[in-house]
Amino acid sequence: MKFRFWGVRGSIATPGPTTVKYGGNTTCIEITTDNNDLIILDAGTGINPLGQDLLKRLPVSAHIFITHTHWDHIQGLPFFAPLFIPGNEIKIYGGLDPVTNEGIERALGVQLQYSYFPIREAELNANIEYNTIKPGESVDVGAAKITPILLSHPVLNFGYRIDCDGQSIFFTGDYEPLFNIYQPQDNEYEEYQAFIDQKQQQIISAMKDVDALIIDSSYTIEEYSTKEGWGHGTYSSAIQLANESNAKNLFLTHHEPTRTDDQLEQIYQQLLKDNPNLKYDIILAKEDQGIIL
Amino acid sequence: MSNIQNEELIAFVEKMPAFPKSVQKVVQLTSDVNASAKEIVRVIESDPIMTVKTLKVINSAFYGLPQKITSIQRAVVHIGLNTIKNLALSVAAMGVLKPKNKANFNTEDFLLHSLTTASLCRLLAERLNVKPSDCSDFFVAGLLHDFGKIVFAEFDPVNFKLALEKSAEQNIALHETESEFLGINHAQAGRLLAEKWELDPVLIDAIDHHHNDSNSDITLLKECLFTANQISKKLQFGFAGNPIIDENPGEIIPRFELSLDDLISSLGDLTPIKSEALSFINS
Repeated sequence: MKFRFWGVRGSIATPGPTTVKYGGNTTCIEITTDNNDLIILDAGTGINPLGQDLLKRLPVSAHIFITHTHWDHIQGLPFFAPLFIPGNEIKIYGGLDPVTNEGIERALGVQLQYSYFPIREAELNANIEYNTIKPGESVDVGAAKITPILLSHPVLNFGYRIDCDGQSIFFTGDYEPLFNIYQPQDNEYEEYQAFIDQKQQQIISAMKDVDALIIDSSYTIEEYSTKEGWGHGTYSSAIQLANESNAKNLFLTHHEPTRTDDQLEQIYQQLLKDNPNLKYDIILAKEDQGIIL
Repeated sequence: MSNIQNEELIAFVEKMPAFPKSVQKVVQLTSDVNASAKEIVRVIESDPIMTVKTLKVINSAFYGLPQKITSIQRAVVHIGLNTIKNLALSVAAMGVLKPKNKANFNTEDFLLHSLTTASLCRLLAERLNVKPSDCSDFFVAGLLHDFGKIVFAEFDPVNFKLALEKSAEQNIALHETESEFLGINHAQAGRLLAEKWELDPVLIDAIDHHHNDSNSDITLLKECLFTANQISKKLQFGFAGNPIIDENPGEIIPRFELSLDDLISSLGDLTPIKSEALSFINS
């Protein structure tokens, strides 16, 4: 397998001179299997340049897995050029929203409305198929097996594990590790902690031994103290997950939108200094960076 | 005698609003970005209708969870606080359960009985050294055991009123008069709904058999629920329409090796259970 980051920014696209190196597009990861099957994780603004690139490889058969429906993970979808070309096959996968009871078709449908976009859904020429998928139930794409797991975020969010060709990738989407909502002196504290511990074990086993672990690591510990409950992880929580799951490579992504290239690199140097004996490589996810496993 | 149509009943409950205090609190808490998570959980888990609607969603096949989710806390761990909060808000948007219904069924007394049975059920589980991670399941069973009654009061108030009246006048167990006038009793209705919503089979079973009138297998949950229900009735913590306390005075309850009265004495001062529930209903 190989993969490429097309968008690594969190929350909102941030083009400009201070983000040139790591990139300003929001989340999108392209995965290509050894058999050339195309799997795309999320459709943030990064899917726009990916779509342009795919025009060189027509016809396109793409399987797009959406982690969750916040704007920065779906906003590029209407600009994904292969959707407009007859003969392309686009399959979009995602979960059922528990609050609205609507499936993943909404991710595109909600954007293609008269007030917000000039083209109607009926005018898209590719063959588009929506698949509402369930956590724990794998989907096969060629030789690849994609397995969703529920991960904590302010909206339904799937992490995806991709196994193929004897290799594996795990992407968290947006993910804030669970914390106890009770205080140690509360009666419910111990019980709630037991639930968290059970869930944590499930998450670690879903990430177990992956070759590439791609994690939402938006904040430093200091920043997190005022952002608890916002739905994102820290550099430290990402390292802890990689340690516990025995990952081979850790990719830090969903860069905080105000973070400049220089700041990212300072944080990175500090991380290396603070964690000298890691058994794996830590890599700052960078737009247009391709990795061959 | 009415014969309730299952599908109609299920569709009806989908649109049924929650208790006024919880609706008010959910609206208030969800307008405050700094509202504490445990406050939100507490409101939802104190309202039988918000609780069943949350459990219904999280247990649906779409979330394919390896085990059934039986408490609001577990639901929060799996699906996230914000989603649970918004689910509660969508229930709150359906309006409020009217304090007066045509069946003359007192909803505040009902809620007090449900909440105290829930707390007592958890207390009994703790006494029997049930592991902490399972104790909230006992609370939920207590909270939901009489759920069918509040549905009857809204869905078929005329016949439910007849059942309540006959039960009171002739001192007959309410589930028996319900069967006579509605063709189904609240335990069966509770089971029907809980099955439809794919709740945990253990919970369904406990709701179904909480009057102990069948030959179903004995489980710890059922025993705690049965006993908690009798204690709540005996101490008159609220009232859910049934004048009958299922006990043979002096008879030893095997699991606790005590009679009901002795068990109640051994539990110490239980008035805080009532006052905590009341403070929730009235605050």
